[in-house]
Amino acid sequence: MIINPCNVQLTADGRLKHFLTTEGLSKALLTEILDTADSFISTQEREIKKVPLLRGKTVVNLFFENSTRTRSTFELAAKRLSADILNLDIARSATSKGETLMDTLWNLEAMYSDVFVVRHADSGAAHFIAEQVTPNVAIINAGDGRHAHPTQAMLDMLTIRRHKGSIEGKVVAVVGDILHSRVARSQIHALNTLGAAEVRVIGPRTLLPRDIGGLGCKVFYKLEDGLKDCDVVIMLRLQKERMQDALLPSGSEFYKRYGLTVDKLKLAKPDAIVMHPGPINRGVEIESTVADGAQSVILNQVSYGIAVRMAVMAMAMSGQQQERNERAQAQGEL
Amino acid sequence: MSLPNVEQVLNELAQNLNRYLQEQDIEQPLLIGIRTGGVWVAERLQQILKIEESGSLDISFYRDDFTRKGLHPQVQGSDLPDTVEDRHIVLVDDVIMSGRTIRAGMNELFDYGRPASITLVCLLDIGRRELPIQPDLCGAKLSLSEDELIKLSGPQPLTITLA
Repeated sequence: MIINPCNVQLTADGRLKHFLTTEGLSKALLTEILDTADSFISTQEREIKKVPLLRGKTVVNLFFENSTRTRSTFELAAKRLSADILNLDIARSATSKGETLMDTLWNLEAMYSDVFVVRHADSGAAHFIAEQVTPNVAIINAGDGRHAHPTQAMLDMLTIRRHKGSIEGKVVAVVGDILHSRVARSQIHALNTLGAAEVRVIGPRTLLPRDIGGLGCKVFYKLEDGLKDCDVVIMLRLQKERMQDALLPSGSEFYKRYGLTVDKLKLAKPDAIVMHPGPINRGVEIESTVADGAQSVILNQVSYGIAVRMAVMAMAMSGQQQERNERAQAQGEL
Repeated sequence: MSLPNVEQVLNELAQNLNRYLQEQDIEQPLLIGIRTGGVWVAERLQQILKIEESGSLDISFYRDDFTRKGLHPQVQGSDLPDTVEDRHIVLVDDVIMSGRTIRAGMNELFDYGRPASITLVCLLDIGRRELPIQPDLCGAKLSLSEDELIKLSGPQPLTITLA
């Protein structure tokens, strides 16, 4: 039997019970996430935005690394599913007092939590927690090291689907610091699974992993070459600390070569959309006129983010519930 | 047992609904079908009675058996007009049994606004109620044996079979 490391996120019959990575998930399952999220978008437009699906459940935001946007959209998503939410800023609390990760987890389990939303600086952290955590608790990866940020990738997929009709057949370019980007990896897997015609990565050699082509994408070192005939342009945030690592000469140099300006965007298809996971650095990776322009869907992405996070929390909780029932049934039959 | 003719039941139900709405002085009802079968029945009632506005309700997020069955894998979402505030709603389902679907549907409707009234219309009533919810109008009542269920297929043509 081939052991797929992604299987830890699925029940025996292939339904989601944790959401750790887009890698290895089927097209049907990714589509189910998008369809469910679509339904949640319509509930977000109502005066009463809450649905009672996770009433009585407790979601813990477990952020070992700082984040404002992701944490707050997870918080809103949990609240709109009627769950109770606990925000733990681990970076500033228990672990800094010397408590180990497992001790923190066991304490949270003892509080009868149902979902852990995990952000951690180490790749594989969410996966590790999913393997260690007691049954019945769903783990949602909110970003682990350079590895994966699957909810961001899925909200990007939802954005493309809603603005371009579908992902199938589209040419999508991801621009910028691919090397340090967990978002880019999750996007590439999801785009390929969902049938994008071509996935391109564009960036300087120092910010592109050497083996990136192996993930199923075309590599471009010149923005002008890579943007040609694109349907979707996804800009990544340039993390300023990278410049300290001497991977980049300066922000202005990067902007000159890889910044998305009005003129460069004209190389893409006329109806191409521009996306960015935020927070944007105006004048570093994207020109203000582009970020605020008609082709930009950056703020739509934020709204879709809540719906996608609602969808994966509901689906993972649903998978956990099914397993719990099966276990109970098996025990009853013994 | 012999099953009734769907078209005949539908037409009678439409006429009864028409009379009922007149009696209640409801001039512009909002017809809302519960997915999936209820939407088909609502569409037919809308055609027959030439009712202007309609919508559909997907109760997946409001079910009371989430902890038992989990989320339905094919949630389609609800499609309602901008507001149900102060509207006279005709809520339509294909088969009423336990009454739990209707409870979930009404809970969802109230998250869209406060309707002026809700009239419950079901094509078939097979009894076995678990909640104190009764349709105002129903096309036909069936008494099935304990292991029998009824299934509506559609939308064109609408047919009922025993399952």
